[in-house]
Amino acid sequence: MAQVITLFITDRDGQTHEITAPTDMNMNLMEVVRAYDLAPEGTIGVCGGMAMCASCQSYITSDHPLPEQNDYERAMLAEAFYVKENSRLGCQVFITPDLEGLRVTLAPES
Amino acid sequence: MIKSDILIIGAGPTGLFTVFEAGLLKLKCHLIDALPQPGGQCSEIYPKKPIYDIPAYPEILAGDLTDRLMEQIAPFSPGFTLGERAETLEKQEDGSFVVTTDQGTRHSAPVVAIAGGLGSFEPRKPPIDNLAQYEGKGVAYFIKNPEQYRDKHVVIAGGGDSALDWSIFLSDVAASVTLVHRRNEFRGALDSVEKAQELKNQGKIRLITPGEVIGLIGEESLSALQIQVDQEVQTLECQAFIPLFGLAPKLGPIAEWGLEIEKNAIKVDNALDYQTNIPGVYAIGDVNTYPGKLKLILCGFHEATLMCQSAYKRIYPDRRYVMKYTTVGGVEGFDGTKKEAPKAVIKSIE
Ligand SMILES: Cc1cc2nc3c(=O)[nH]c(=O)nc-3n(C[C@H](O)[C@H](O)[C@H](O)COP(=O)(O)OP(=O)(O)OC[C@H]3O[C@@H](n4cnc5c(N)ncnc54)[C@H](O)[C@@H]3O)c2cc1C
Ligand code: FES
Repeated sequence: MAQVITLFITDRDGQTHEITAPTDMNMNLMEVVRAYDLAPEGTIGVCGGMAMCASCQSYITSDHPLPEQNDYERAMLAEAFYVKENSRLGCQVFITPDLEGLRVTLAPES
Repeated sequence: MIKSDILIIGAGPTGLFTVFEAGLLKLKCHLIDALPQPGGQCSEIYPKKPIYDIPAYPEILAGDLTDRLMEQIAPFSPGFTLGERAETLEKQEDGSFVVTTDQGTRHSAPVVAIAGGLGSFEPRKPPIDNLAQYEGKGVAYFIKNPEQYRDKHVVIAGGGDSALDWSIFLSDVAASVTLVHRRNEFRGALDSVEKAQELKNQGKIRLITPGEVIGLIGEESLSALQIQVDQEVQTLECQAFIPLFGLAPKLGPIAEWGLEIEKNAIKVDNALDYQTNIPGVYAIGDVNTYPGKLKLILCGFHEATLMCQSAYKRIYPDRRYVMKYTTVGGVEGFDGTKKEAPKAVIKSIE
């Protein structure tokens, strides 16, 4: 049976949603947000998840161990706005079992 | 006034292919796009990346797909209004439409096909409080006429291709060029990065990294920038500030045209012909929505094809027509060219 994890995602209006996501579909956080319509279409995932637009910027507010940023994510975050210490590109954070209970807040639209 | 049978808003893959399908029906098209080049997302976001799900192309670069579409539609001599954004849509008494761009170019057609994708590409503006105040007074997000920067002190912000390429270009024109970026690593073609490095070594480009523009100063127009460098704020005199952080699509004026909008997209009748709630206005490709919608190039092509058949019936309600295969009917361009299948030989064997 595929493992499903629970995530807490706070949308751009400040509302927190408890949702579940499968760990066996190679999904990333940006896709999970889109799958649940937690941000209006066209305002997230503009580059399709290629670390080329920063529309999926998210603040990670729990202390889960996340994979390190790769060069592309680091470079794109350097061009993003409203960046904080805990900023990540949602499209580069893949849904794995160790992210159970992850808490995330979507960054403002830019 | 630019006249056509179908006025297409958006020259992405969907808009371009519409020209072909319309051309087979002898309908002439004109396209408007806010970008200076055709291709939509394919040319603006990922021209050098491969696409693997175009039927019969196991792999094709997005830029090549755009070139092929341009080649395919060339016989139908489409008109283009590029670098202008469609602002208003007005219905005329005779049932036709007039679409006017932000630069005042007027277009009229009996049918409008909105193929606007995710919207028109607008510059991403950094969130600096008084930035908007200096737009046109020293601040620009596009460089239309490089000569306007001659002998000026110019600051460019950004870390991608366009920030690098314009810094390189303007280093020959401006009195000085300063490139500000939050990191000292840049995302661009190797050539551009190397060239920028060389110009920096020669003192022709000044680099401020890690740095971030946080404020603008000036009475009537821009005279200096405040730049955060490490913990301190430096003031740098300049007459021009060009933030180049790429483009993001915004549905923009289309949302004000009285069309039914859902999920930032235009609702259409997908059971029939992709017409919107305004008869004569169609929406095809990424810009539309209906149950089960997928934003894929091949879906845009399909929608364009069905939409053209409906447009034909709308323009010529009294004519009966049945679709003809291109293999059978050939492709007869408006430019006088004709492509047709070679005929089989009929010859007796003695
Ligand atoms: C990184 C990435 C990878 C992708 N990979 C694939 C893939 O593998 N396979 C696939 O099928 N699809 C893929 N896509 C999606 C595909 O690119 C889109 O489905 C396709 O571009 C949609 O075409 P379109 O013509 O409908 O819209 P677009 O390509 O978005 O073009 C719309 C055009 O309309 C213009 N426009 C909008 N409003 C106005 C206005 N008011 N005035 C003037 N101009 C206006 C815009 O400037 C734009 O040029 C990918 C997308 C991205 C970003
Ligand atoms: S979707 Fe574009 S950077 Fe993540």
